[in-house]
Amino acid sequence: MSVLVDVRQLSVSYRHGHTAVNRLSLNIAQGETVAIVGESGSGKSTLANAILGLLPDSAQITAGQLWVDSHDLTHASERQKRALRGRTIGLVPQDPTVSLNPTLRVGQQIAEALILARGKRYPGVDADIVELLQQVGIDTPVLRARQHPHELSGGMRQRVLIAIALAGNPRLIIADEPTSALDVTVQRKILDHLQRLVSERGISLLIITHDLGVAADRADRILVMQHGEVVEQGTPGRILGAPQHDYTRALIAAAPAFAKRREPLPRIDSTQAPILSLKNVGKTFALPKVKGEESTFVALEDLNLQVYPGQTLAIVGESGSGKSTALRIALGLEKPTQGQVWFEQQDVTHLNWRDFRPLRQRLQLVQQNPFAALDPRFTVFDSIVEPLVSFGRLKGAALEQAARELINRVHLPVSYLDRLPRELSGGQCQRVAIARALALKPDLLLLDEPVSALDVSVQARILELLEELQREMGIAYVLVSHDLSVVANFAHEVLVLRNGRVIEHGSVERIFSHPGCEYTRELIAAIPGRHVTTQAA
Amino acid sequence: MTVLEQNLGRNTLPASPAPWRRRSRLQRVAATVLPLLRRPGFSLALLVVVFAWVAAVAPHVLSSFDPYATSPIDKLRAPNLIHWFGTDELGRDLYTRVVHGAGLSVLAAFLAVGIALLGGLGLGILSGFAGGRIDAVIMRFVDVLLALPGLLLALAIVTAIGFGTVPVAIAVGIGIIPGFARTTRAEVLRVKTLPYVEAARLGGASWGRTLLRHILPNAWGPVAVLATLDFGAAILATAGLSFLGFGAAPPAAEWGTLIANGRHFLITAPWVSLLPGLFLVAVVFSLNHIARTFEEIQR
Amino acid sequence: MSRYLIGRIGQALLVLWGAYSITYFILYLLPGDTLSIMLSASGMEADALSVEDLAKARAYYGLDKGLFEQYVDLLLGALRGDFGQSLSLNRPVAELLAERLPQTLSLAGLAIVLSLLGGIGLAYLTAYIRWQPLKTALARLPSLGFSVPVFWMGLLLIQVFAFGLGWFPATGSRGLESLVLPAVTLAIPSAAVYAQVLQRSFQGVWKESYITTAYAKGLSRGQVQARHGFKNAALPILTLIGLQVGNTVSGAVLVETIFARSGIGRLAQEAVLRQDIPVVLAIVSVSAAAFVLVNLLVDLLYPWFDPRISHIPKVS
Repeated sequence: MSVLVDVRQLSVSYRHGHTAVNRLSLNIAQGETVAIVGESGSGKSTLANAILGLLPDSAQITAGQLWVDSHDLTHASERQKRALRGRTIGLVPQDPTVSLNPTLRVGQQIAEALILARGKRYPGVDADIVELLQQVGIDTPVLRARQHPHELSGGMRQRVLIAIALAGNPRLIIADEPTSALDVTVQRKILDHLQRLVSERGISLLIITHDLGVAADRADRILVMQHGEVVEQGTPGRILGAPQHDYTRALIAAAPAFAKRREPLPRIDSTQAPILSLKNVGKTFALPKVKGEESTFVALEDLNLQVYPGQTLAIVGESGSGKSTALRIALGLEKPTQGQVWFEQQDVTHLNWRDFRPLRQRLQLVQQNPFAALDPRFTVFDSIVEPLVSFGRLKGAALEQAARELINRVHLPVSYLDRLPRELSGGQCQRVAIARALALKPDLLLLDEPVSALDVSVQARILELLEELQREMGIAYVLVSHDLSVVANFAHEVLVLRNGRVIEHGSVERIFSHPGCEYTRELIAAIPGRHVTTQAA
Repeated sequence: MTVLEQNLGRNTLPASPAPWRRRSRLQRVAATVLPLLRRPGFSLALLVVVFAWVAAVAPHVLSSFDPYATSPIDKLRAPNLIHWFGTDELGRDLYTRVVHGAGLSVLAAFLAVGIALLGGLGLGILSGFAGGRIDAVIMRFVDVLLALPGLLLALAIVTAIGFGTVPVAIAVGIGIIPGFARTTRAEVLRVKTLPYVEAARLGGASWGRTLLRHILPNAWGPVAVLATLDFGAAILATAGLSFLGFGAAPPAAEWGTLIANGRHFLITAPWVSLLPGLFLVAVVFSLNHIARTFEEIQR
Repeated sequence: MSRYLIGRIGQALLVLWGAYSITYFILYLLPGDTLSIMLSASGMEADALSVEDLAKARAYYGLDKGLFEQYVDLLLGALRGDFGQSLSLNRPVAELLAERLPQTLSLAGLAIVLSLLGGIGLAYLTAYIRWQPLKTALARLPSLGFSVPVFWMGLLLIQVFAFGLGWFPATGSRGLESLVLPAVTLAIPSAAVYAQVLQRSFQGVWKESYITTAYAKGLSRGQVQARHGFKNAALPILTLIGLQVGNTVSGAVLVETIFARSGIGRLAQEAVLRQDIPVVLAIVSVSAAAFVLVNLLVDLLYPWFDPRISHIPKVS
């Protein structure tokens, strides 16, 4: 096999002095699939941009060599780099929803890539567009080519991007975080498809990902990156089976998919009365009236659930499954169109905001995006104690004492109380948000995708913290997540939602060992890393 | 409860040796503003604005001449060491007249921006916060105001209530209300849906508290930038109106009037209208620069 | 779509009616004594007239009717294109407008074209240039552009290009040559606004992910900017063009005064000086109509430029 990409001792630095890639070596052979795994800030995206010759103006290669298809990119002119892009290297960018030009038709955007590759306009371009769209698995290619990106679903847009990457018949395709923006089942199908196309044509594939599971499932070789350096590389089996470096071990330990299924969580006496129950809850939204379309949208249908003190119920579903609606109804932010919501022995379905307010002291929310969940002008102190101030519980020195206790609870240094959210990392922000939710000593916490915005190793630590809090304070959780692997070791009970309906409900052990329906099986299969672990087992 | 307190107690014991105290708001403001002064452009702009401010409040500090003292021998002198901006057709020192003109111009701008802020913020907050029909009615009203070209609206108001600095300022102020109302509304709407506002509400905060502590402080930034920009725009608009002859009655002179007077001598003595104008440009440009700097650090 | 069109036109008419009403309110209800203003505008002193003459004058100006009746009369007149008589010039206002309008339209038209060319050109250049000092300097230019008062810029241009270089006539309203300096003067503030908005817009668009996609296809920087950057960045300009109509009309008042051109703006200035209320009302109404019309056109054209916008009713 010939070497297509050869990186030798490469260093890339940004103008403000930060070295993003540090003396990194890597090679990719023709037809090989290589995955680079790293968390945010590891320099993996900078490396991908360097290979594409698309480093921003503020970054430059400070040392080493970078050969692509026997062209030296470190000394190449812009024109030479341009000749490589598209025709030698294709890119499948990270977020398909924002990676297509919204003002151009899909077909035009593919045509552009085709014409560039051929060097000039040619008569068969329309036929080629349709053929490419067909190859990437789009059903009605003639229609789709004439549409604008906003008329396509996220999955279809991802396919169009793959078509664009393939248009120039490249020898290498770089797939940047191909699993982060779409639903797991959709993403899995698309990745399978991409891998098939790539292997049929003998194209090399470079996968950039934060997810060790994705890398293990798909790559011939894995490189683990940390702080701009490759700390370890090898075949998936070797990396997972006998990791050499501490960081790799930490990553594996943190990835929920590789964590050993541990003992079933201790159940607290379930003869207790549930703290929260939803009874036959349904929600329909009115849609704007458009001729020939239904005027209502059923977000949720006949949902029943009970949450018991000290236990965790997980609601799992993909986007549009109604899981967020269920959460908002439980919080009293939305009124259900049918059914009832009970908090302990009280029917709270039709309580107005004022009457619901006392209950807020016992029922709190942790939001999805930790950065947006904190007021950027509030110090950590202000944020944490705000509920106490709102309810007029404490003042002055007692308030400061409470803040110190709360910040200790989430394992942050006391000095952080003075910081502003922008001075914190994502995980730290989420800890602050958790501290704020704990301020009123609630009995029930609703967790809305609490870790989906965080790096894997940070995810693990936040989940640990939540478990510890549950153990020590006996709080009940409702965890809403799209990610079954997060749920696996955290929840007592699982409820799987699809298109607003409960399709499966049971203990976490039962769901994972004997999933009751096809969709759940699909979800479980879509968890990255299952492939390797099941083989190893 | 007792278990919880024990846990908390155990965790607080190994806290950092130096007891933590809250940082004051002033310290935090100073920490953001002071580094700005190190930018030469910003400091220079600030200096120009401060100069205009001093000229408006205490013009005597900046010039020892009498703005109204005529001296026919010295008429239409080119700028020199004694008369920095030269003299006008009656031999009055032009620099002194510019300095003394600041009072009226700055007052007018303050009045105009004050009116616009009051009206615009009020309408914007009400509209963004109340939503529904109230929002629709207010926004239609703002659309109507927007459809009236600013200067023409001001002209109509001046026709009705007479000439002079204050009517002109009121007219200009009403003209910039729609911009404020729209910006404020957009910001309130944006901030209102952010997760931390929802978190505050779920934490039991009342709408009043949420509005005052979360929504307004976070919506304020772009509005403050607009206010600074419009302060410059108001100076320009009042100058424009007094240039057309609707401002203060002579011999008192606003900046616009000075420029208007000078244009009759454009061929023989161009400085009479060009130098006061240059000063005006410097002040407005400085205000714009300050507004832009604040906008940049907000992002 | 057609329902949207009817709704949108109805809304435009509503705004126009509101604008007319507000102006009427300001001009006829705000002053203490409309009659004496009107009398002095036609060159008479209210104090010098007898009680009978005053009553006659009141009836002549239509001020003896109830407020609502007066308003309806004026509004109906305006709808028929009859804006009444000018007090100081003793001619029908509509005739005056028809006489002056072409001057202002040609000035405003040329100014709008120049401002778009200048503003978009500057921003396009700023986005393309990579040498940081020049880029920063160009980015600061718009800020200077709208710090300069229109009337002062006019005087400066006269001083340099008319008196100094003698390229163009200083004043007058004859021929294309006399149009250049006023149009440039009038175009500068709007050009500055377009340039500033487009520069920011470009800054945002350069960070978009689809720009990376375009680069990865192998397009050059120029091609990416022209095909993928420009159209997306320029969309906000479209709404702005509509909003700038007001500023252009305001500027025309000043520019026409400085360059002594007999257009609507000059007429407005003279009418205000003489407190010729019917003329002022007519000019404000016509300008509001122009504003409403242009914004209506922009709104209707928007979906044509931005495929994401469709005129399907929004979710409330």
